[in-house]
Amino acid sequence: MADVATQPGNMAGTSSRRGFLHRLFLHNLSAKVAAIPMIATVLVIFVGCTVWTIYYSFTSSKLLPKNTFVGFDQYARLFGTNRWNISITNLLLYGSMSLVLTLTLGFLLAVLMDQKIRFESAFRTIMLYPFALSFIVTGLVWQWIMNPTLGLQGTLRNMGWTGFTFDWISNPRMVLFALLIAGLWQGVGFCMILMLAGLRGVDEEIWKAARVDGIPTWRTYISVVLPMMRGVLVTAVVIIGSGIVRLYDLVVALTNGGPGISSEVPAKYVYDYMFGGGNIGQGLAASTMMLLSVMIIMIPWAYLEFGGKGRR
Amino acid sequence: MSQATAINAPAPSRGTVSGTEPRGPRPKPFFTPKKIIIYTTLFFFSLYFLFPLYVMVVTSLKTMPEIRFGNIVALPAAPSFDAWVRAWTSACTGLTCNGLAPGFWNSVKITIPSTIVSIFVAAVNGYALVNWRFKGSEVFFAILIFGSFIPYQVMLYPLVMITRELGIFGSLQGVIVIHTIFGMPILTLLFRNYFASLPQELFKAARVDGAGFWRIFFEIMLPMSLPIFVVALILQITGIWNDFLFGVVFAGTQNLPMTVQLNNIVNSAQGTPEYNVNMAATVLTGLVPLIIYFVSGKLFVRGVAAGAVKG
Amino acid sequence: MKKFAVVAMMATALLGSTSSYAADLEVTHWWTSAGEAAAVAEFARVFEEETGNKWIDSALAGSGTGANPVIISRIIGGDPMGATQMNTGRDAEELIQAGLMRDLTDVVADMDIDSFYVDQTLLEPCRYEGGLYCLPVNIHSWDWLWLSTKAYEKIGQPVPKDWNEYVASWPALQEAGILPFGLASGWPINGIPGVLMSAIGGEDLVFKINRDKDVEAVRSPEFRKVADALDQIRSVVSPETMVPSFGDVGTQLIEGTAAGNIHGDWLQGDLQVAGAVPGKDYECLPALGLGNKLTGGGDSFYFPQLPEGTDPAVIEAQAQLARILISPEAQLAFNMKKGSMPIRTDIDLAQANPCMQKALGLLKNGLLPSGDFSLSSDTQKQLEDLNLEFINDDSITVDDYIERYASIIESAD
Repeated sequence: MADVATQPGNMAGTSSRRGFLHRLFLHNLSAKVAAIPMIATVLVIFVGCTVWTIYYSFTSSKLLPKNTFVGFDQYARLFGTNRWNISITNLLLYGSMSLVLTLTLGFLLAVLMDQKIRFESAFRTIMLYPFALSFIVTGLVWQWIMNPTLGLQGTLRNMGWTGFTFDWISNPRMVLFALLIAGLWQGVGFCMILMLAGLRGVDEEIWKAARVDGIPTWRTYISVVLPMMRGVLVTAVVIIGSGIVRLYDLVVALTNGGPGISSEVPAKYVYDYMFGGGNIGQGLAASTMMLLSVMIIMIPWAYLEFGGKGRR
Repeated sequence: MSQATAINAPAPSRGTVSGTEPRGPRPKPFFTPKKIIIYTTLFFFSLYFLFPLYVMVVTSLKTMPEIRFGNIVALPAAPSFDAWVRAWTSACTGLTCNGLAPGFWNSVKITIPSTIVSIFVAAVNGYALVNWRFKGSEVFFAILIFGSFIPYQVMLYPLVMITRELGIFGSLQGVIVIHTIFGMPILTLLFRNYFASLPQELFKAARVDGAGFWRIFFEIMLPMSLPIFVVALILQITGIWNDFLFGVVFAGTQNLPMTVQLNNIVNSAQGTPEYNVNMAATVLTGLVPLIIYFVSGKLFVRGVAAGAVKG
Repeated sequence: MKKFAVVAMMATALLGSTSSYAADLEVTHWWTSAGEAAAVAEFARVFEEETGNKWIDSALAGSGTGANPVIISRIIGGDPMGATQMNTGRDAEELIQAGLMRDLTDVVADMDIDSFYVDQTLLEPCRYEGGLYCLPVNIHSWDWLWLSTKAYEKIGQPVPKDWNEYVASWPALQEAGILPFGLASGWPINGIPGVLMSAIGGEDLVFKINRDKDVEAVRSPEFRKVADALDQIRSVVSPETMVPSFGDVGTQLIEGTAAGNIHGDWLQGDLQVAGAVPGKDYECLPALGLGNKLTGGGDSFYFPQLPEGTDPAVIEAQAQLARILISPEAQLAFNMKKGSMPIRTDIDLAQANPCMQKALGLLKNGLLPSGDFSLSSDTQKQLEDLNLEFINDDSITVDDYIERYASIIESAD
């Protein structure tokens, strides 16, 4: 720890004349020791489990992992399975709608909240509290509301509005929107908080300058403020995106994949076949495909984020 | 953080409604078209957000015949807390009919240490990533973020085997490790962003004075990180409290969390569901995170504002 | 009472021969509904009374994807429970092969289990390389047509005597605004094709498809009749009319808003709890009133190998529980509450209701291997997806259904 002269925060770029091994192991020893949990988690759990997943997706493992290789058989079966193809389509549809709407509504609500309104803290609490509830709870309560006979539809029909229809949960064509309503209900508040935080972090001078230049408020938001909120957006997209890819609990609690198999999602396919079907090979092939698509999306981002040497 | 000024600042402030807010300029006239639009929009969104809570609470106070009558918005004819009492003390899961109460303390037992350990580890990660970068640290971070996208059910078996080899499967330590692992991506992201937003001069000055990794962390970084700790605390308490799968698999039979009982009460495949007890159990299980949100909502926003702005 | 005395004596003998202090034995199961819990309570009661040990109850709702991962994780993670319920079938075969389950051969050696098990095929999944690794504790059958007396009163027709009469009554029911076939969303559809297969397709077809995985049998005219019957059901159900759980179908039958339903015998437990009486409020037709054999599966108990260093009293308690589960007293008490059939032939079931009496009559003809008994859970899951898709999507033709069924059977292991 003697080399105080090293520029902190940028030691990777510092070309020390010391030996490579010294740099690798002894330099900033405490920092490396402190990073052990992270490094271990990354290597053993995330990299390790990914390798494990890919490895066994080429085997015919059933209930327990086994080393009987079957080439691409699991993948062939996977893509020949209607349910998997429906799951993928659903994830794409639900995912894009959910991502766009969560971000848009979150931003919109944040802008409204940022207008020096009264009762801000009440509104904020109201929008945020669903985030405190688990997906099981969210699914349960929306299932109850959307229950055709006991829920909202039945209630309004009993009250005399006999033509009222709100049967999304039992309508294969609408069921994704039912999921969306529940998913947005749970997630928009948190996104709003993130966005609000981002808005409040924008320098007041920017607004003044924009007003002086006569730029309309809405344009200032879109072309000046939004680009400045890059950090918030990244955080929001990671949190929302990982939630979408891993979407499972909500589907199980709200529709259990139904009606029929019309609201199935990939994570549920993985889980159902790994555990319900006792077919690890098939479940891991499916999850390998999920990981692959995440990687395809992530690699360009990682490149942008970390690729260039001197970031910012 | 809170200097954002209203966009409609040019409007003359007439002060028809006297403001009671401690901060910011005095409120503007209430009934400008813009205000009406803002409040109407917020009002309708509030309805959307509040409706399910209303339904949950109202349903939990009704009797089953009243529920079958099919009016979910009606107030209970004779509000009764029977369902709540049953959910808490006597709802059955299998043979034991002790309600949610015993699981509550197990959930506390799991949540507190898991929250503390996972946050501490993530804080150190974020600090190391920002101030003590080492070769490849960004790669590790990128993989960590990637890890947050892996459906965690996939990792169940490998994790079972790893914790078995470590000798911590089926124990409190086991579930703490698991929560630390799965909390790591998002929490590290938050802490990293937060520490990056702090003025680097402080850190540099401490370095020049010869302070080491841990001293800087404990004496300089931690005291400045209260806001982001609040955020992490809320996220973790919520996540761990609501967790079902890891608790039931890794925590051991002595420590089954409350969600196991909730799941048993709510998901019993057979028999006529008692919706009122279900709803009461649902609200009861969500109560701890809810209270934390209600109490610390303001700190939460401040913390997010502090932690998520810089990217 | 005589049998009770025998059990009591046996238990006393066991107690005398081993440690005199009580052990805690954790038992996992997914019997969480009211009726199921009452049934498993009987096991616990007999176990505690007879042995003085303590039954530590670990109930986990949701069979396949709910409880199975937890049970399996705990066994492979080295934190096994003392005993666990699982489906009778192939769910645990790899755990047995991996040596994670206890061999019960010696435990039940003196009980001569071959002599009293209803059907030896029940024990097949438990046997591996000469060992015995599980004990089936009950027999459940899907093969029931439940009919609502009230619905037929409404349309002024007698309650049908078999499937064909029932189908013939559908137009009249529909005219009266009664749902001909009540159905819960999700898994309940999954048992129906198997029922149709044994009742309409016949015994041979069941053996060919479920046991021999014979693809040609799926493409045969007999199976087409089965698929056509399923298509008929599809024509009278729709997602909008489906109710959330099969218990709700029971309510529909009692109220007469739905006329019939094919569902497993456990539906009777719910009807019973609701106060409905067979013969008065509802009628039951085993094997749809057509066949003379039931397909059967059920639940089994497994006893995981406990880790080294486990208190010998716990290991002894496993053995005691194993013996008690299949003892006449526990069998009678459990199955009367569960609404399932005992695995023993030597039990006097005079108290059983008319429906169960009918089932016991058919049981004498032997059992047919049901799908969940002889197909792997992987294959079952694929068939479940197919059935769910078929029943909810009218664009899938009967031909498609048969072809896809055939390809699943073809790749079945």
